[in-house]
Parts: sequence; structure tokens; C-alpha cells
Amino acid sequence: MAATVQSIGAFVIGGYAGPLAIILLTVLPAAIVAGVAGRLIRISFLLTLPIAISVVLVSVFTRAGTTVLFSVGPFDATAEGVNFAGQTLVRLFAISTSIGLFGLTTNPRAFVLDLERRGLSPRFAFVALATLEAVPAMVERATVIQAAQRARGLDTEGSLRARLRGILPLVGPVILSSLTEVEERSLALEVRAFGRPGRRHLLWTIPDSRTQFVVRLALVVVFVALVALRASGSIAGLP
Amino acid sequence: MLELRAATYRYAGYAKAVLHAIDLTIGDGEIVGLVGPNESGKSTLCLVASGLAPASVGGQLSGTLTIDGESMAGRRTHELAERVVVCFQNPNTQRSGVAATVFEEVAIGPMNLGLEVPEVLARTREAMALLRLEHLVERDPLRLSGGQSQLVAIASLLAMRPRHIILDEPTAQLDPAGTRLVGEALRTLAERGTSLLIAEHKTDLLDEVCSRIVALDAGRIVMDGSTRDVLTDDRLVTIGVEPPARERLRRSLVAAGVDIEPAVLAGLPA
Repeated sequence: MAATVQSIGAFVIGGYAGPLAIILLTVLPAAIVAGVAGRLIRISFLLTLPIAISVVLVSVFTRAGTTVLFSVGPFDATAEGVNFAGQTLVRLFAISTSIGLFGLTTNPRAFVLDLERRGLSPRFAFVALATLEAVPAMVERATVIQAAQRARGLDTEGSLRARLRGILPLVGPVILSSLTEVEERSLALEVRAFGRPGRRHLLWTIPDSRTQFVVRLALVVVFVALVALRASGSIAGLP
Repeated sequence: MLELRAATYRYAGYAKAVLHAIDLTIGDGEIVGLVGPNESGKSTLCLVASGLAPASVGGQLSGTLTIDGESMAGRRTHELAERVVVCFQNPNTQRSGVAATVFEEVAIGPMNLGLEVPEVLARTREAMALLRLEHLVERDPLRLSGGQSQLVAIASLLAMRPRHIILDEPTAQLDPAGTRLVGEALRTLAERGTSLLIAEHKTDLLDEVCSRIVALDAGRIVMDGSTRDVLTDDRLVTIGVEPPARERLRRSLVAAGVDIEPAVLAGLPA
């Protein structure tokens, strides 16, 4: 909820102050308390970088403006373009840090199971969880297949070229073996009444205090207020 | 009681049937062993007897599957799961993939049945105790050995407390101690009235736990009788099934001209 409100807030509030306030006053303190500030900044920076490069290039050189800072060939970099790029970047960084903080501080399993407790379909919850669990399972399978390929003389170490060459004999067996197991896996799930309609009683209880409930409620109010203020024109958007 | 009558089954897209006119009855509390060479149709019979073929697998079944007096024709898979469960031989494909601990893994079946939490917990604990898996409660299901995974897979089904259990090579990944554990658990279940069908290559296990053995060859039942009669029948070797160790020993002794007193090899057919 906090990540959603922070992201929407960063999106609807124009200028530098709003998104910076979101980063400095809400995201960073929470990240410091959770002990993930360093990782959060690093991850958010890496996530934002590709988009940031294109935003800067497109905004600085193509945005119409009266103040030309410098020219590269036929393209003029304008102060208005720099301003627009700067405001977009702080917004992007605010959004990526809030989503990153959510990712770094939330156990995906607990999140999905809590959603199921709140009404999400057990099937959807299963698909979401199985997807999360599929990655380590695939990595393990790949390790086993790689060991088998090495035992048969395949060289998967050494130069970059040798390593790349070693990937090809790995990809086919990993994908094919995963596919061939699908039927038996789905049968095994059906045997355990996975297709039974209706709700199930979960074993897990996610701690949820009254304070957390009040904070969530407050965030909903903030969310509605932000959207309303922006819709009424009380908050400025991007220039 | 689980009953198959004149069951002939053909997989979708195949011209020939894999099972032919199978008549098989498994009474409450009875443990029936299923033996046969590779490709004889044991796994297919497990699927048909559990109703998964054709309900989930597809294909064409003629004949009937009746469980506790009710026809299973047209039943949905979750309805079947409330009556009969089947354990496959590969433990990796039986992991739900969504549980963080072994306890959660075992609890998924009862949870899916819509049972209340105390009942889910009780069933899960009981199933784990039956296979002595308590020490694995907090372990990650992904980080288990093949044998442990297979025991967890069996426990996951036992926790559903089905009236009928079908096991397709349940001890393929197990060491002798694990195999013994499974044997003990199956006997306990049978004493409670659960009917069991076990497809196995390990005839020693069947020798210990089964009251009846059915031998399958090329999709047909070629022998159906008491454990002692079938496992000592010479035709078993002919179709490619190895008799249990004590029967092989008896034959070796007879071949060597040793006069065996039945009392010497307790329980061994004279």
C-alpha cells in the first residue's frame, strides 16, 4: 500500500520537491530502519538507468525551448528540456525506490498468501507462488544437467567463448525436461485436490497490528486526496 | 472397495489399448501388489484405478471403475481425490512447488480439501509421524534427498486420509530403511481399513506387506492370487519379474539338492 501511494504520489506531484520529499522523508527512512538503504539505492539506480538515459537524450535534445544551452549537430539542448528530464528522473527514481523497498522488505510467499487470505483465488496464488519457486528449481535442474554434460566431456569453463558454447547443450535439456514433467506434476496436484472449488483454510497468519491497519487507512486517504488534488489542478504536473 | 470391471484403456492418439479387460477388486483393508515387467501397463493401471485416466489424462476407457459402490465415470478430479489418491514414482514431480517447509508441503492436501486448520494440523502431524518425518518439519522441500522427498510425497497423500491409496513404485528412491518404513506405514493404514494397490519391482516389499499379488503382462492380468502363490509361481520369472530374495534362496537350495525344512526358512513355501 505504501509503495503504491508513494509511486502514485511521485507520479501526480509535479516539480522536484514532491518526488524528492517522497524519497527523502518516506522511502529512505524506512529503508534505513529495514537495513536495506544501500541495496535499495544500488538496485533503484540500476533499474532506472536504462530509462534515464533515453529520457535524458529524448527530453534534452528534442524538447522545444527558448534557452539553448549547447548544440550537437542539428540537435539543440534546451534548458526547458533539461528541466523536464530532471523532473522526470526524480519521479522515476521515487517510483523505483518505493517499489524496490517493497520488494526488498516483503517476503513474496507471505505477500501472496496474505492476498489469498484476503480473497485472491487459490489458483492464482498457486500460480504466483509456483512461479517464484520455479526459478530455484530450474537453477537446480540446470546444475544437475550441467554436471551430467561435464561428465560426458563438455567443457563449460574457461574463456567467455567456451562458457557460451557450454550454455547451448544446457538450454535444450533444461527446457525439455521441465516440459515433460508438466503432466505428471499437474496430475500430482490434482491428486491433492488442487482443483477443488471453494476456499481453503490457510495455516499461515500474517501479523497485522491495529497500527498497521490505521496506517493503511491513512494511506488510502492520502492516495484519494492526491488524485483529487491533481485532477482539480491544485497540484501541478510536469512542465 | 475399489473395483475395476472389464477395463480396457487406450491413450489418446494411440491405436492400441494399453490395458485389456482388467478385472480387479481391492477390498477394504487389503494390500494388493502389482507386478509386471517394464511396459506391462502397471503405471497405466494405477492411473485408471485412480480415475485420473481418463478424467485428467484423457484417452478412452471402456469398462467401469467403482469406488465404495459409486461409479466414478464422469467424476471431476477433485471428487476423485477425496476418495482415492495415487503416488507417482518421481518425487520431484510430486512437490507442490509452493511450500517453504516440509510441514507445509504435507499440509497442502488437507488444506485443499477445505478442512479446518486444527484438522489440517492433526492430519499433517499424524502422517509425518507415521513415516517418522518429524525431524524434517522445518526443512525446505527442495533440499531433501530423493528418498526423503519420496517419503514426504507419500506423507502428503496419507495426510488426506483417503479410503484408497495407489502407489506406483513408491520405494524406487528409498534405501532399505526407508522401504521398511513405508511397509510399516502401509500395514498400519490397511489395519485402519484403507485399501492399497502397490505397483513395485521390489517383490521383497510386496512379499512382506501384501495379501494378494496381481501380475500384469502386455496389459493383461496373467496371475491373481495369494502373495505366496504368485511370488513362488515359475511364470513370474518367465514374464520378467524377479521373485523375492527368500524365494530365490529356496530355489537355489533346491537346485543345489539341499533338503529344506519349511521351519528353517520360516514362512517360506515348501
